[in-house]
Formats: sequence, structure tokens, C-alpha cells
Amino acid sequence: MGKYIVQGATGDFEIVLGLEVHAQVISNAKLFSGAATEFGAEPNAQVSLVDAAMPGMLPTINAECIRQAVRTGLALGAQINKFSVFDRKNYFYADLPQGYQISQFKHPIVGEGTVTLDLADGSTKEVGIERIHLEQDAGKSMHDQHPQYTYVDLNRSGVALMEIVSKPDMRSPEEAGAYLTKLRTILRYIGSCDGNMEQGSMRADVNVSVRRPGEPFGTRCEIKNVNSIRFVRQAIEYEAQRQVDIIEAGGKVDQETRLFDPNKGETRSMRSKEEAHDYRYFPDPDLLPVEFDDAFIEAARASLPELPDHKKARFVEELGLPDYNASVLVAEKESCDYFEDLIAALAKKVGKDVKDVAAKASNWVTGDLFGALNKAGKSVTESPVSAAQGADLLALIEDGTISGRIAKDVFEIMFETGKDADVIVEEKGLKQVSDTGEIEKIIDEVIAANPGQLEQYRAGKDKLIGFFVGQVMKATGGKANPGLVNQLLKPKLDG
Amino acid sequence: MTDLTKLKIAEARDLLKKGDISARELTEAYISAVEAADALNAYVAKTPEMALEMADKADAMIKAGGQKGMTGIPVGIKDLFATKGVHTQACSHILDGFKPEYESTVSQKLWDDGAVMLGKLNMDEFAMGSSNETSYYGPVKNPWRAKGSNNDFVPGGSSGGSVASVAGYCAMGATASDTGGSIRQPAAFTGTFGIKPTYGRCSRYGMVAFASSLDQAGTITRDVRDGAIMLESISGFDAKDSTSVDLPVPNFEAALTGDIRGMKIGIPQEYHLAGMPAEIEALWHQGIEWMKAAGAEVVDINLPHTKYALPTYYIVAPAEASSNLARYDGVRYGLRETVEGGGLVDMYEATRAAGFGDEVKRRIMIGTYVLSAGYYDAYYLKAQKVRKLISDDFKRAFEKVDAILTPTAPSAAFAFGEKSDDPIAMYLNDVFTVPASLAGIPGSSVPAGLDANGLPLGLQILGKAWDEETVLKVSGVIEEAAGFTAKPEEWWR
Amino acid sequence: MSNIDKATVAKIARLARIKIEDEKLEPLAGELNNILGWVEQLDEVNTDNIEPMSSVVDAKLRWRADEVTDGDKQQSVLKNAPRGEYGFFAVPKVIE
Repeated sequence: MGKYIVQGATGDFEIVLGLEVHAQVISNAKLFSGAATEFGAEPNAQVSLVDAAMPGMLPTINAECIRQAVRTGLALGAQINKFSVFDRKNYFYADLPQGYQISQFKHPIVGEGTVTLDLADGSTKEVGIERIHLEQDAGKSMHDQHPQYTYVDLNRSGVALMEIVSKPDMRSPEEAGAYLTKLRTILRYIGSCDGNMEQGSMRADVNVSVRRPGEPFGTRCEIKNVNSIRFVRQAIEYEAQRQVDIIEAGGKVDQETRLFDPNKGETRSMRSKEEAHDYRYFPDPDLLPVEFDDAFIEAARASLPELPDHKKARFVEELGLPDYNASVLVAEKESCDYFEDLIAALAKKVGKDVKDVAAKASNWVTGDLFGALNKAGKSVTESPVSAAQGADLLALIEDGTISGRIAKDVFEIMFETGKDADVIVEEKGLKQVSDTGEIEKIIDEVIAANPGQLEQYRAGKDKLIGFFVGQVMKATGGKANPGLVNQLLKPKLDG
Repeated sequence: MTDLTKLKIAEARDLLKKGDISARELTEAYISAVEAADALNAYVAKTPEMALEMADKADAMIKAGGQKGMTGIPVGIKDLFATKGVHTQACSHILDGFKPEYESTVSQKLWDDGAVMLGKLNMDEFAMGSSNETSYYGPVKNPWRAKGSNNDFVPGGSSGGSVASVAGYCAMGATASDTGGSIRQPAAFTGTFGIKPTYGRCSRYGMVAFASSLDQAGTITRDVRDGAIMLESISGFDAKDSTSVDLPVPNFEAALTGDIRGMKIGIPQEYHLAGMPAEIEALWHQGIEWMKAAGAEVVDINLPHTKYALPTYYIVAPAEASSNLARYDGVRYGLRETVEGGGLVDMYEATRAAGFGDEVKRRIMIGTYVLSAGYYDAYYLKAQKVRKLISDDFKRAFEKVDAILTPTAPSAAFAFGEKSDDPIAMYLNDVFTVPASLAGIPGSSVPAGLDANGLPLGLQILGKAWDEETVLKVSGVIEEAAGFTAKPEEWWR
Repeated sequence: MSNIDKATVAKIARLARIKIEDEKLEPLAGELNNILGWVEQLDEVNTDNIEPMSSVVDAKLRWRADEVTDGDKQQSVLKNAPRGEYGFFAVPKVIE
């Protein structure tokens, strides 16, 4: 695909991007305490005395968080470190009760890996993962509740996060967006993070620098805590232009932390808060190193589902799905689950191999079903038509009980009422007419009623066959088996 | 009737068992003793009502046949152990008014065994000190005075209140904590028995942290047997402390066989310090003779990195402390100082400036510096490497010997103010105790004699990791041989 | 050899969030230099190829089961707060 270039007055600039994604680990309890991680509780109700950093309280590690980090590393094809160490990152803030965050600095649990981006033009690109480490989330400060006071809620304090650090391998806002999309898909597939950016369970720090092509990396700025893919792209566009403007004006980009303001579409310096940060990392003496063996890694590997890249390849190569349908389906694990449940049920019902029903079914799922869900603002898991019900509907087409046209009407009713397809077909009398005699009778009537068109057809206007088919379908209320109509009509028209 | 406060734990246990005394009587005697001993300044909070309630419970336990070693025994708790609803401030101003909603594992174990809490004991602020002079509540006075003198001496530190309460008959035993010698050095200064078990033997849950990789709870008692009884009560695995080790707790009292025949006792040559008082050398020599007389084999050993232990400690401990004490910020508990028109950062700075004493501030500053960018490798990392060498020295030595015998401290108790203006002179007090703290091995201090002024001196026994039994056994032999019967004049009554 | 000056003391104090009056910076610099000068005797020790001590006990980190066993104690959490309002800790605002 075309290179993304920022055109300056003095020449072209290229953007260099690296992302640090904070992904909240799916677990019942917090990383170092037994308090719940659920969203939306009363303030400070999901806080243990450990999370509130009461004197003498000590951390104990949640096994599930280790397992989830390892699974995530495996899903990204990354190096898994059997020995890792928790460090303290020291700084003061009202919502950081210990006065330090327990994180991993020198020895992270996961090392280098790769994410394959699917770009809009159908091409792919590999982005390197530098590392993944586990750390605690901080609490939440609310500055707008009281004129003099900031209110602090520690419910988030101590929730496990994975910080997934990419290499500076991305070169355009689109690539950064595709990276986040793909990462989110993978995390959701394996169930290590729900990927919900609105609720903050996935947030990105974006490192942006610019350079003239061929030059070494420029000075980077880190845009903190961007919470949607759209904002990430906007922030990069703005920030890259800002840096180019500085350089072209003869200035120097300062390495600093910046904040994206979605209302203004701008980034601004956070320097005042950053003043004199020196995190004084050192190994947390309250914890021992995290160690596990190959058997633990293999068990984590065995728990992984089929991952999206593999699934897509299988859909295209083995099931003959159009590339586009396969991409749409693998984007969400739930979509795939629906689709695979549906084709399994359908194949069983009509006595065919899944290979033979999959492509058509994928058209229906990505077209009719997703269209209706989209319109209704529902996700696939909220679909009023279950995979089994969808399979029933498609089976009715497959065995000739209803036509594809009628199926659309039936689906509409199913979507509204949740009723089964066969019930609707029965109730509304929508069964396809496949009785040869009956159809022949109607064909004869239609031919008799349209002598002019018959003449034109016989004079060589072949296309008029469509007109006759239409008339027959109209006369049967769309219920005539279209294949049969075609088959019977031609000899009669030809005379 | 005899003075109940003069009983040892083991004696009281037997009388309680026979029904000759009740826990209530014993507790009442101690409550009076505590009331009469304000001059020692050992207690920073007294809990007489709780004590009586707990005593009644203990009497019921005994009646029901459920007596344990510590049932009905009145004890004091060092102020850094969290006690639910009771003053817990590590004797710092910054924890003003703090009453935890939880109980430390160590104190909980005592209460589970039926022990009785008399109150909270004075200590150096956050356990940072060797003389108890850094306490926000003022120094503790050593119950011992020099012969023919009315001058006060320090009790040692940081467990100054613990040793003074036990030596001054205001508690039968006391919890204490040792980070670099805070159990053993004050025990030596007050003629009491102090034992610090192996790091990981007692849970640190609910113990206000000073330096997490060094802090370890232990006990102060009037003799070795009492120490064995009380240590057994507070020991044991705790899932709430990731550094607590899941090993069974031996019957420590059973280790006191008095038989050390054939045992090898190491004498580290590096502990012969230039300029050490002759009395200390003499006492040590006496200890060696006692060992030989009891049938042990005395072996010279080398702990080559000994002289680097103190500097190592004074990097590692302040570094950890600077981070551990970051939570005292005026947000969730304790002192809050605000600045007119100021914001969050001003509150932090004002609160911490007002809440911490000079020694604590000094150590936070050192710790912050040695961890800061550009200095981490040169100080902290270097110190952790030297610490490894010190630990390895002990491992090698314990391949050859069963226990190590040294003096506990390079001097007897000193006068107030004598060292408080010179941090390094103060730090040197811990020269013999710090190496074992760095290595995490168990150690005790046994009263072994008096100096020329009539002040107590102690000998230190060090053992292998998890071998508190040998430490106790050898301690018992020293105690027996020393026949230490001297008592302080009860001037404070 | 360390040489902490007044500005460095001010910087460390700021990092440690301890307000130190201007006139106390100089004397404190002296004290800290004394202590650091003393600990620097560690430079004599050859620590090539020595791994730093990573844990005092020879044990493995125990892992906890992923169960909710704690929390739901808002009152306990806020009990000792110098200022708590509506279930929150209240602190002076950050002044930018």
C-alpha cells in the first residue's frame, strides 16, 4: 500500500509509531489481593486493606493473572520467560496508595513476539512485540466533584493489567489502528482481556516521532491513555503534524508526555505533572520471583482456542469462503463461533459436508444476519436468531422448502419474534410450490396471458425469459421453486 | 504471696495449670506493675480492660483443658504490630491516631493461644534506631543503671520498649522485631533473652514494614525457655505473606536438652574488632570456655565479608524503607498537614516533613538517592551483590559448624545522647548483628555477664536457616553456664 | 566518591515528598555525604560475576487461587481517613 507521508514545506516526513497497550486481565480477583475486579461498584467497596496500602499489608499473587499473561504471550507467538520479577515503580499520586506501583521492569514475564496486521487494501504487515509485563492498575481520582477536594476511589487499585509494548514498527495512523484492532481481536479470542476501550479495560499510550525518509529515529513524544482506536488515529495525525511544524520552523521536539484532547482533536503537554520523575525501580522485596515450568506453559498453550489468522486461512482454504467473508467473520470470536455452530448444524441437517454449505452460509451470516444485527444495534451474542435457528432456515432453502426470496421474509419475522423458521413457514403458508403439475398450469396461464411477449421472445429476445419467471413467481406469491420454474418454462416458451 | 511479676512464663504456665494462680490474678499484678512503671516509658498505649477480658478467656480455656504455652500469659506488643482497634503507630507521629481494622498474624497467634495483651510497646520510630531515642513518644529508659549511679542508660533499639518491659517486670514476654539487630542488641543491653528466627519463620502480615527483606518478628523474654515457648506461639506459615515459608514449627522447648556434646561451634575471626572493649573480648572468651566445658568443639571460622555488612545494610535497608514509607502520605490514614492555598503535593510534603523524625527522614533520603537514576547500580545493585557474598560466607561456615558464637554488641548500654549526634557511631552498634539479618539466619542474644559498671552484656548465637532449635539449645547452655542472676534495682517503682 | 550538593538534596527531598527548609539543605548534604562516603567502602569488594541477592528465603513464590475473598469493607477502608466523603477519600486538589 501507499506510504503514509506528512508533507512539510521543506519536504516529506515519515511517522514512526510504537504502542504501549494496557489491557486489563480478565480475572475474578485482583493481581495481589482477593478483592473483586467487577466494574461499577460503590466507591471503595471493592478494596481490600492490601489495595488501600494499610501499614503491614502484603501482596500475594493471583495465579490466573500469570496464566493469562502467558496465554497472551503464546497467542502473540512470543518468548515466555520462566523466570520473571516484580519491581516497584516509585512515585506519588493520590490514587496510588502504596506510593509505588508493582510492575515488571528488568525481567518481564513475556518477551518478543509478533502481531500480523490486516490492512484495508488486503495486504498484511508484521509488527514486533517488545515485551508484555504484568502490573497493578491505580485507583481513580475525580477532580470535578468538589471545589477544593479531589475524590479518590480505589476500586481499580490493584486490578491486573498487561502492558503490551510494541516495537516502533508502525508507519501510519492506519497501521496503528489496525494494530489495536488486531490485538484486541486476539485478546478477546483467548479471553485474556475484554478489549472494552470505552470502559477503559484497554488503553493505549502512543509513541510518535517523525523523520525525513532515511534518517535515524527522531525524538518521540508519548501520548498517554488514549481510549479509542479513532482517537489513536486522530492523535497521531495531529501529533505528527505538530512535530513536523516544529522541525520545519527550526525547532527541536522535546521528549515528553502528552495528553490527547478528543474535543479539540489536539495533544497537549503534561509536563507539569511529569516534573522530575525518577521511578527508582527495584525488585519488590515482598514478593519472590515468578517461576514456572514447561508443563505450565504447555497447559496454557493447550487452553488457547484457534487464533484468528489461522481460522481465516482455514475458512478460505478448506471451506472455500470468500476472503472478505472470512475476514469479517474472524474479526470477532463470537461471530466465528456463531458461524461454525451454524454450518455444523446445517451440514448435519441437510446431510452434506460443511465444505459444501459453508460459502453460502457465510454470505447469509455476513449479509442478512449482520445487516439486521447492525440495524438493531445488537451484537452477535445478542442475536434473536440463534445459530441453530439460522441453520434451520438455511436448511429450508437447501431442501427446496422455501426460496431464497421467501427466506428473507421468514428471517425478518424470525428476527422480530424469535420464532423458528418452520413454524413461520407453516403459519404463513410460505412453503415453496414444487409440484410440477401446479407450476406447469400456472406457466400455461402466464404464457396465454402474454402473447405479445411470447412473440418477441420467439423472435429472439431471449432476455424476456426473466419477465416470464417474474410473472410466474408473482402469480405464486413467490412460492414457486425458482429452479423448477426455469426448468419448465424454457421448453414451453421455445414451443 | 509471692510477687507474680517475678515469675517466668514457664513457671506461670505450671501454676496456671495446677490452678494455683489464675490468669486474672496474674494479669492484675501486671496491670499494676505497668501502671507503676511509667518512668520507664516502655508502654505507649495500655490496654488494661482488654487484658482483663483476655485473662478471663484464658482462665476459661485452662478450665476447659485447652491450655497452651502462652495461655494466660500477659505480654506487651511492640508498636509496629497491628492490633485491631488499638494504637498502632510504629511510634511515629505520621501514624497519629491510627487504629487498624486488622490484627497482625504474630499477635493473632498469641491471642489464639490465649495470651493477654497489656498494651503497645515503645520503639524507635519505624524501628530505625539502636537506642530507642528516635521514638515520637520519647526514649525508653533502661531498667539497669550503673552501680552507684542514678544516670539513665538507653535500653538499646529498636525494640527498647520490649526489653524494658520484660527486664522491668512489666510484661512476661514481649514481641519484638529485628531488621539489623533490633531484638538482639537491646536484649544484650537489658539482660534479657532475645531471639530472631529465620527470615520467613514468622509472618510479616500486619507488621509495619521498615525493610521488607530484613524485617523479622521475634521475642524478648527473661530466659531461654520462655523464649522457646513464646517463639513457638508466634511462628508458622501464613499464606498472607509471600515470603513466609511453609515448614512445620518444631517443639522449640524440647530442643532445650542442655546437651551440646560433639557440636561444632564457630568463632568468626573477623568479629575481633580493633578497639573493642577488653570486657567484651573477655566475655566472648568466657563463652568459648563454656562451650568447651559443655563438650562442644570450638572451631575458628572465617566470614570474610563481615566488615562490609554494615555499609551493605545501610544501602539495602534505607532503599527498601524509602519505598515502604511512601504510603504515609496523609491520604488514607494518620497525620495530614495541609498548606493554606496549597494542593496535593504541598500536603504530601508538609505531612511527611511534620510526620517523620530526623533519623527516618535521613534514611528515606539515603534510600531515595541510592535507588535514583544513575546511582542504582553503584549503590543498590552493588550492595545486593555484596549481600550475596555475606550470605554465602555463612553458608560455607555452616558446612563446618553447627552454630556461631560472637558478642551481641561491641559495648554495654550507653548514655542518652552519647551517639545520637553521630549516625555512623550509632550504626556501628549493630556491627555484630547485621550480618545475620542480611543472610536471614536465626540468632539470639543471651545474658552472659555484667561489665565493670554492672551493666549487662550478651553473647550472640547464630544458626543455620531454619535451625532455631540449635540456637536455642546453645543459648540454654550459655545461660546455664553463665548463671546470670543479676537483677536491676527497681528504681522506677 | 559521592558529592551531594544542596541542589541534589533538594531534588531528593522533592522525589521523597519531604519538605526541607532551605537552611537545612546544606547541613543535610553534609550528613548524607558522610554516610554515603562511609558506605562507599563497598567499592573495595570484587563483585564481578556475582548475582545480586534476589530473595532471602530459598522458596518459590506461591500463587493464590483466583477467588474473590476480600473487599466489601468500605467502612474499614475509610475508617482512619483524615477526610472521607461519600465513600471516597478526599484530598486537596492537584494544582497544575
